[in-house]
Amino acid sequence: MLNSMLKEKRSAEIEQILAKYPPERKRSAVMPLLYLVQEEYGYCTDDGMREVAEICGIDPTEVKSVAGFYSMYRKHAAGKYVIEVCDDLPCVLRGADKFIDYAEQKLGIKAGETTQDGKITLTTVMCLAACDRAPMCQVNLNYHYDLTPEKFDQLVDELKKRDE
Amino acid sequence: MTTPMDKHVLLRDEDVQDIRELAVYQANEGYAGWKKAVTSMKGEEVIGVVKDSGLRGRGGAGFPAGLKWSFIPKDINPKYVTVNCDESEPGTFKDHQLIRNNPHQVIEGTALCCYAIGAHVAYIYCRGEFKEPVQNLQKAIDDAYAAGLLGKNLFGTDYSLDVYVHLGAGAYICGEESALIESLEGKIGQPRLKPPFPAVSGLYNKPTVINNVETLANVPGIVLNGSAWYRQWGTEKSPGVKIFSVSGHVKKPDNYELPLGKYSIQDLLEMAGGSSTGLPIKAVLPAGSSSPIIPAVNFHAKLDYESMGTIGSVLGSCSWIFMDESVDMVWAARKMIRFFKHESCGKCTPCREGTHWALKLYDKMLSGEATMADVDMITTVNKQISGKCFCPLGEFSTSSMTFTLKHFRKDYEDFIAQGKGGSAAYRRELERDHHMHELHGQAKAHS
Ligand SMILES: Cc1cc2nc3c(=O)[nH]c(=O)nc-3n(C[C@H](O)[C@H](O)[C@H](O)COP(=O)(O)O)c2cc1C
Ligand code: SF4
Ligand code: FES
Repeated sequence: MLNSMLKEKRSAEIEQILAKYPPERKRSAVMPLLYLVQEEYGYCTDDGMREVAEICGIDPTEVKSVAGFYSMYRKHAAGKYVIEVCDDLPCVLRGADKFIDYAEQKLGIKAGETTQDGKITLTTVMCLAACDRAPMCQVNLNYHYDLTPEKFDQLVDELKKRDE
Repeated sequence: MTTPMDKHVLLRDEDVQDIRELAVYQANEGYAGWKKAVTSMKGEEVIGVVKDSGLRGRGGAGFPAGLKWSFIPKDINPKYVTVNCDESEPGTFKDHQLIRNNPHQVIEGTALCCYAIGAHVAYIYCRGEFKEPVQNLQKAIDDAYAAGLLGKNLFGTDYSLDVYVHLGAGAYICGEESALIESLEGKIGQPRLKPPFPAVSGLYNKPTVINNVETLANVPGIVLNGSAWYRQWGTEKSPGVKIFSVSGHVKKPDNYELPLGKYSIQDLLEMAGGSSTGLPIKAVLPAGSSSPIIPAVNFHAKLDYESMGTIGSVLGSCSWIFMDESVDMVWAARKMIRFFKHESCGKCTPCREGTHWALKLYDKMLSGEATMADVDMITTVNKQISGKCFCPLGEFSTSSMTFTLKHFRKDYEDFIAQGKGGSAAYRRELERDHHMHELHGQAKAHS
């Protein structure tokens, strides 16, 4: 039987999303629906993608190719908090590389990895349109600016506390 | 030098506190142009005043906005407006400030564009990483609906308008207008063959205007105050004001709104506080990674579309990345190539394979294994990309190589002769990139 967890749990949001596009253009809802899948399952699972396909009336392989193309759709589970530090040219001119060295050391992992307790994933990313406030990062897409080792310590402590 | 605009046209959040709130925006002439248009102007008249203002697209290409709107056929419906807030060019952060701090002006400009061409639906396509600032934009849209500024039968007329936000999901190519449309249709973001242009066959194959966020943020003032008002700034061919995102080795990186054609690159550098490191500035990228680099000897050039052309560069997206003497152009070029290799959509071979090989060459240089033959190889790889790509991204990718080689060939020669590659810092950088790529590298669609 087809899993329909998304439809049960997020039906109001699904309706809201679909209402943005012409009724015969449901496919346009693929991207916002994939974000719902990611919120619900942690990443773009096969079940979730099948559900999106069903809602949009397209083939699951088409949803898969969309999820594969865009870098913000995760293909695997990640930490509860994803810290994405920009290491593009303007940020590195303002010390982002040294900041990442510090972040790796503080978390005890390399960029790309997740802490053993599964809480924090650290990654590097391309320009996030906040180059005037470098070094900068996003934590679950919220912006954090003008980072220093002290600020990072605070940030990590706060994330750890949030779960206690 | 201090900031020359004592009253901003676009970055009005710097003059008026809380202008992101509807009441504050309205108390400062907000939606006055919108009401004026819907209650007393025809769509063609709105197009006319925008045409007369000479406003040019701020997303990069500088195409005249009013002219673009006039291409929309009258007899085909529905029509759409799609607003380009993909803002992913490294060094660009102006649209971010606009949607976060002055969102109503973006909405009003969008609405005016819709009214001008007879569209009843607009989509503001924001890069997915803008989830947080989009909350401000969405709240502003909700408030505008609640106040009767969007929705059905506006100002008692039979004109209705819906404005929606659509989030991208991390793909620079979706800033290219036809890729943006594909993405909005729920497909992978690969560019379409042009013609037909979006004005004829865009979103859902209907006539569509695509404009950049900043372009549209100019429109409320133009409609309210007239084209002569807008032309008080700028030059004949580059009228009006423009936001300059300034980053890199300057004391005050920020967005600067300036009249076009009045100030020079040197002036801009001084407004931003000059070099932040004490070392002289070596060069600047005027439009992020896509643009021909400008060496300091050309900093006398004025900031407008034409003058930038005369020194062999572009105004483009106006993301000014200043770099001091310590920056090795081999390293800088590699950073930029890394970006394009990551962002190539994979549709065509010269770009997909070319950026791959180019990055390999630069990696070889950084790892200390390259010779001058590899430097010459860059030109060969460039030739296989240049002029052979399906969309401008491929061409953009060659800029960093072509123009760092042209203006800073000595950096390349010294890099090889002095054995700069293979340093601990470069090795760490390469390792980090490769590790990230192994764990998160995405399989791009090959078609
Ligand atoms: C690879 C590529 C990326 C682009 N990225 C953006 C972008 O992020 N934002 C933008 O407004 N225009 C971008 N453009 C330009 C758009 O294709 C289009 O020209 C622009 O949105 C038109 O709006 P305008 O006339 O108001 O400038 C990009 C173009 C290319 C080729
Ligand atoms: S030039 Fe590059 S980005 Fe453009 S269509 Fe070809 S592969 Fe895609
Ligand atoms: S380069 Fe890091 S935010 Fe732009």
